[in-house]
Amino acid sequence: MNHLDRLEAQSVYILREAYREFKSLCMLWSIGKDSTVLLWLARKAFFGHVPIPLVHIDTHYKIPEMIEYRDRIALDWNLNMIYGENRAALDAKQTFPDGNVDRIACCRHLKSEALKRTLSGEWPRYRMNHSLKRYVPDEKNEPYTGVIVGVRADEEGSRSKERYFSPRDSGNSWDVGDQPPEFWNQFKTDFAPGTHVRIHPLLDWTELNIWEYIERENIPIVPLYFNQGEGIRYRSLGCGPCTNPIESESRTIEEIIEELRNGSLANVAERSGRAQDKEDGGGLETLRRDGYM
Amino acid sequence: MSERTHMNIVIVGHVDHGKSTVIGRLLADTGSLPEGRLESVREACRKNSKPFEYAFLLDALKDEQAQGITIDTARCFFKSDTRDYIIIDAPGHIEFLKNMISGASRAEAALLVIDAHEGVRENSKRHGHMVSMLGVRQVTVLVNKMDLAGYREADFEAIKAEYTDYLRQIDVEPVSFIPVSAREGDNIADASEHMPWYSGPTVLEQLDRFSSGGQLHEKPFRFPVQDIYKFTQSGDDRRIVAGTVSAGQVLIGEEVLFLPSGKRSVIESIESFNTLPKESATVGEATGFTLSTQIYIRPGELMVRPSDPQPEVGTRFRANIFWVGRVPMSMEKEYKLKLGTARATVKLVGIVSTLDASDLKYSRTKQQLDNRDVGECILETTRPIAFDLASQSETTGRFVIVDNYEIAGGGIVLENLSGGESILERHIRERESHWETGVVLNCDRERANRHRSKFIVITGRPGIGKRALARELESMLFRNRCSTYYLGMAAIEHGLDADLRLHENNVEERLRRIGELARIMTDAGLIFITAVDDADDYDIDALKLLNAPNEILVVNVGRSDFHRTRPDLHLDAVEDIAETIGLVADLLMTKEIIVDYQI
Ligand SMILES: Nc1nc2c(ncn2[C@@H]2O[C@H](COP(=O)(O)OP(=O)(O)O)[C@@H](O)[C@H]2O)c(=O)[nH]1
Repeated sequence: MNHLDRLEAQSVYILREAYREFKSLCMLWSIGKDSTVLLWLARKAFFGHVPIPLVHIDTHYKIPEMIEYRDRIALDWNLNMIYGENRAALDAKQTFPDGNVDRIACCRHLKSEALKRTLSGEWPRYRMNHSLKRYVPDEKNEPYTGVIVGVRADEEGSRSKERYFSPRDSGNSWDVGDQPPEFWNQFKTDFAPGTHVRIHPLLDWTELNIWEYIERENIPIVPLYFNQGEGIRYRSLGCGPCTNPIESESRTIEEIIEELRNGSLANVAERSGRAQDKEDGGGLETLRRDGYM
Repeated sequence: MSERTHMNIVIVGHVDHGKSTVIGRLLADTGSLPEGRLESVREACRKNSKPFEYAFLLDALKDEQAQGITIDTARCFFKSDTRDYIIIDAPGHIEFLKNMISGASRAEAALLVIDAHEGVRENSKRHGHMVSMLGVRQVTVLVNKMDLAGYREADFEAIKAEYTDYLRQIDVEPVSFIPVSAREGDNIADASEHMPWYSGPTVLEQLDRFSSGGQLHEKPFRFPVQDIYKFTQSGDDRRIVAGTVSAGQVLIGEEVLFLPSGKRSVIESIESFNTLPKESATVGEATGFTLSTQIYIRPGELMVRPSDPQPEVGTRFRANIFWVGRVPMSMEKEYKLKLGTARATVKLVGIVSTLDASDLKYSRTKQQLDNRDVGECILETTRPIAFDLASQSETTGRFVIVDNYEIAGGGIVLENLSGGESILERHIRERESHWETGVVLNCDRERANRHRSKFIVITGRPGIGKRALARELESMLFRNRCSTYYLGMAAIEHGLDADLRLHENNVEERLRRIGELARIMTDAGLIFITAVDDADDYDIDALKLLNAPNEILVVNVGRSDFHRTRPDLHLDAVEDIAETIGLVADLLMTKEIIVDYQI
């Protein structure tokens, strides 16, 4: 087994543990490369099927290609696809692009808040109806207590202390200091009723591993990651107004891998194109405590 | 590139003995730091007129964050020419014991750092013990700060001798001792010029020499069944036994045995998604199998090859337990045991000896395991599980103990002690010795009732019609003037069992209560009827025991989990209820429970 086989096997094991242990489980799909790899790993774990609902938080400022891609894959792979949103904030124009709040507050409204309320079932969810090929309001509104998320330990400091199964307290926040021990491959999968748990099957992957795996498995990803001829591409995807492409000539996965290994990106942080990270020193940690991925 | 291997290592040591400096050095000297990082930290030190420390490279977490760097005090990534390493920094403070365990238990090798100047400290011993306890077999000791010891061979040898001696007591044989100066960079990535007397490997060379994975594929095949999948709704009829191979290898067409149920089948296919067809499955692979016969198995069983050395099956074993629970582990309480993919209810039934990991105090008299105790203990599960001795097969020889939803301890199995009286048997013996009867005896009741008492258990899958059958049976017996009672599950779920939380591993306790009730009801002379979903051999054994000395009658409908249990009556289905009742009633007559009946 090479390093990708090992990473894959570990992630599959964790996905199966999650599926076995959690009654009300969902998986977040941001459409980005990491959570798309996660989705692919679910197909590995469940032999081509994805028996777990996928939840996407639509800020309505996502780059349009992302949404097209989401719905195409959802139909092709027969996904139980759900999206949620912060309708109230959008209607009241409490967003950064509307000029009414700063970037961090905008993230908090359109992502953290929307995510929290969608997971809890308080706000409407929309489910892909495969015969109508469009979203319809979802009748089910049971809270999801187990949420599978594609974070990686190498992304930044605050994520490196995560566990594969990390409980959040009922306010969905996170106590870095008091985390359960993980002996061998036995994870904490017992939680008091009502506990919210984040499950992180990609914790040990690096950005490079992700691309190597996308290449090996030939996973379809959003074309925004590639230079389409203008010498720019996205390295990390988010909302249009707050995500800037980077200068890069990479047109293919192989070129991206080369760029990460030896080229201009070898030692540059991945999220450098994300504006909200720069607004305060601990920006991401603040958002994480709020439940934003 | 895909030839590169990957390894987790853990680094432990007493506070200030130089762990962070070793890590900082490894990162810097292997060129694994982001560009400009070293320079900027040096620059920051100069500005603040502080001496530069390699350890600052790690401390800089907060300001690194905005730039999303990979360094963290918990794990760092670095590369040698042949491998990618994750180095897990296990904090020396006892408060971080839990973190240390999480790190160390996933490591394939450990670096233990000792300050040459200060020598072996209690912490150094404790860490050595924990690393061995957690099953990390490859240990290298770094004798650091050799610059402060004048790079003298004698100082190095003295520490080496002392520590080797200690490690031998706890059965750890270090792979090597390396004299280093992390601050000066001696023997970390580059050989030292200051210690010509040392000819062994540098730390980096030693890391690359650690073996990865071992010869696990040659070991006996072990496959803890994680789950059984059937995605019929998505139009897929495969019934797939899923899990990760924990040792050895299996081929299509080979016979397999499931333990503890004892069921057998043959590997029909190896299933996977987006790969070439597979003929074999090997250690480490997360995979799935279809079987050539339809047998009913449950998650948690261990799949093995009958031709291999067999794992142990039993309820009682000797183990080393490392307790990190806030509440001590006591002999009174029931805990949840997780071993491989199996889950079982377990009790601590004996403590041989304990060692306190914080002060290394040894005791042979303790009656409980306190936080940070390592104890040699006897454990007993309420039903048999399959396991290996840790010395034979690691994954299936290790377990964790869950107390009140928390992983409160981890352990390794030393010896199978099964064969003696089980917890349940002991319970029944005590219960019966204290049982209080009235003046009216069971035989008096039977004579008055003109039928014998009996506990009738109807088993089968949910939804097969057990309940309807049980109710009709009660009704028929009642019409025939029998004293009878049907106990519906809903009645106890919200009554007697109201204290047992749903969705929890309380199956055994629920079953125990039904058994205890049956003992009372049959003693009262009744024909007591109940229906139990998905009962297996152990469930029936438990019910029989609990109902003893009174008798049980098992009626099974449809497919069952039974392997050795022979139901008194087996029905494929309940089609015509009157006819089925007739069959049961005939059986009751043959067994001389009732004398006659009319439908
Ligand atoms: N002289 C000398 N000092 C060292 C060496 N390694 C570490 N130190 C010093 O020992 C102190 C503690 O080191 P640190 O790496 O923070 O220890 P940790 O607590 O084990 O992580 C720091 O002041 C280091 O500069 C060494 O090889 N030689």
